Amino acid sequence: MAELAAIYVRLVGARIRGDLQYRTSFVLFITSQFLVAFLDFLAIAIIFSHVPRLAGWSLAEVMFLYGATNVSFNLADVFISPVETLPGRVRMGTFDALLTRPLGPLFQLATEEFALRRVGKLIQGVVILVLAITRLHVEWTAARVGLTAVMLIAGAVIFSAIWIATAALNIFTVETTQFGNAFTYGGNFLSQYPIDVYGVWLRRVFAYLLPIAFVNYFPALYILGRESSLGVLALRFASPFVALATALVAAAIWRFAIRHYRSTGS
Amino acid sequence: MTGPLIELTDVEKTFVVRRRAGRLRRVRTEVPAVAGISFSVPAGAMVGYIGPNGAGKSTTIKMLTGILVPSGGALRVAGVDPQRRRVELARRIGVVFGQRTQLWWDLPLRDSFELLRHIYRVPADRHRANVNAFVELLDLGALLDTPVRQLSLGQRMRGDLTAALLHDPEIVFLDEPTIGLDIVSKVAVRDFLAEINRERGTTVLLTTHDLADIERLCPRILIIDHGRVIYDGLVDAVKERLGGERTLVVDLEEEAAPLDIAGARVFRVEGRRQWLRFDRDETTAARLVAEVAAQAALVDLAVEEPDIEEVVRRIYVEGM
Repeated sequence: MAELAAIYVRLVGARIRGDLQYRTSFVLFITSQFLVAFLDFLAIAIIFSHVPRLAGWSLAEVMFLYGATNVSFNLADVFISPVETLPGRVRMGTFDALLTRPLGPLFQLATEEFALRRVGKLIQGVVILVLAITRLHVEWTAARVGLTAVMLIAGAVIFSAIWIATAALNIFTVETTQFGNAFTYGGNFLSQYPIDVYGVWLRRVFAYLLPIAFVNYFPALYILGRESSLGVLALRFASPFVALATALVAAAIWRFAIRHYRSTGS
Repeated sequence: MTGPLIELTDVEKTFVVRRRAGRLRRVRTEVPAVAGISFSVPAGAMVGYIGPNGAGKSTTIKMLTGILVPSGGALRVAGVDPQRRRVELARRIGVVFGQRTQLWWDLPLRDSFELLRHIYRVPADRHRANVNAFVELLDLGALLDTPVRQLSLGQRMRGDLTAALLHDPEIVFLDEPTIGLDIVSKVAVRDFLAEINRERGTTVLLTTHDLADIERLCPRILIIDHGRVIYDGLVDAVKERLGGERTLVVDLEEEAAPLDIAGARVFRVEGRRQWLRFDRDETTAARLVAEVAAQAALVDLAVEEPDIEEVVRRIYVEGM
């Protein structure tokens, strides 16, 4: 395990050194990522300059949801989203090389395609989350602190699982990238607001059909001491189980895909 | 060592291709890429795996390295099932794909080698000894600090060969290692493989289109076509049977009837160009040229060796 972590650091370091060979484009990208991330939050600031509460949620509470989903999403983005490059590699025939090395292909994709620039948005998420926590009037019991950590990890696992499953399905030359993006980027966007702002049917879809509400909404109900507009309070603690289930499904799809990988000509 | 290092028994690989037929209907066809191949390779051997494009060479290599799962038959490499024990096997084999590099594109060669040391967990002193030996053999010293993307194809292939052998693999699989290389690089690659096989006893299985690779390296060849082995034996037997044959291509000043020359036979005429087949053991190109020149005004000429496609075609038509 420690050895694997050391190899991870080495491979990611190699990738960053490679990226730094193109210094100007790297600096431009980091800067633009920061700008985009903070403009993104501006939308919420503007809404709250007109109304004091959104579907009953205060600015600090919405910032908590926003920061939480962004931390989860961007953890997944930094560490797992490099699997997105799988279909491109399959098409180019460069995926074969990964299968001839004594490391898992997922591990290799996550390191070889690691992009430091994605860290910019993760920092934005952390900043907003910390700001929200300082402004909330919540008593930080051990349970609340613990559930916050669980929420962030479970959310990251859920987004990661969607990324992995989508990339795996792409092995069968079925173009599912945009379908998967609807869940990852789309899920991240939709969960930046309390799902109470959506219509009741949409709320049910997010809660029961897609695991998006488990990324931040359900655990936040407990942490912030709020009632659910869906009325199912038991789900407040369900996030880790949902995360485990999505991870198991994604792992099964991934293994199936690697086993049925067909490679390209010559 | 007990038993062969590589063993295939009736190995098959079928790809399912779905083709559109009409607006919504799709037709499912099964395309056999490898249609029942059996052979075995003992430790320390050097085997050439040849055949025309699409014969199933790369598919076989990919099954042997664990990249693809066979559709049927049994497959063992270094005593294990390649696909099931892929990661374990990866430590014991080296793989080179001629058309694609395994090196880190934006990093110097030296860094790629260092990363591989950690990936394969090679002890530092063993790694250093190997790098030094290979750098010397392949004359890579001046290139170690050059980013891979700036290397020529030949230089990169030498880097890839080193990368594939740094962890002391028992077997090295090479898919077209000399494709697209200049003559100097081809010779360097061949000499290196011969040296590795002789000095370290590394088993080598390589596919190629270049008969010179085979002549230099592989006493034994496997010829496959349409997913089946059509010849498994000594390269000398094939050479004896076909290798002595050469083709003399002559461009005459004017169109002429097929030339009548002792020891050769015109098998193709196209305008002012004629193709003559002759046996190297019966006559020489020089003697033929002299005779052609005596009969007609000669503008240009070339001597062609039989290529893989030709050898395969003739084995197919005439048998071994």
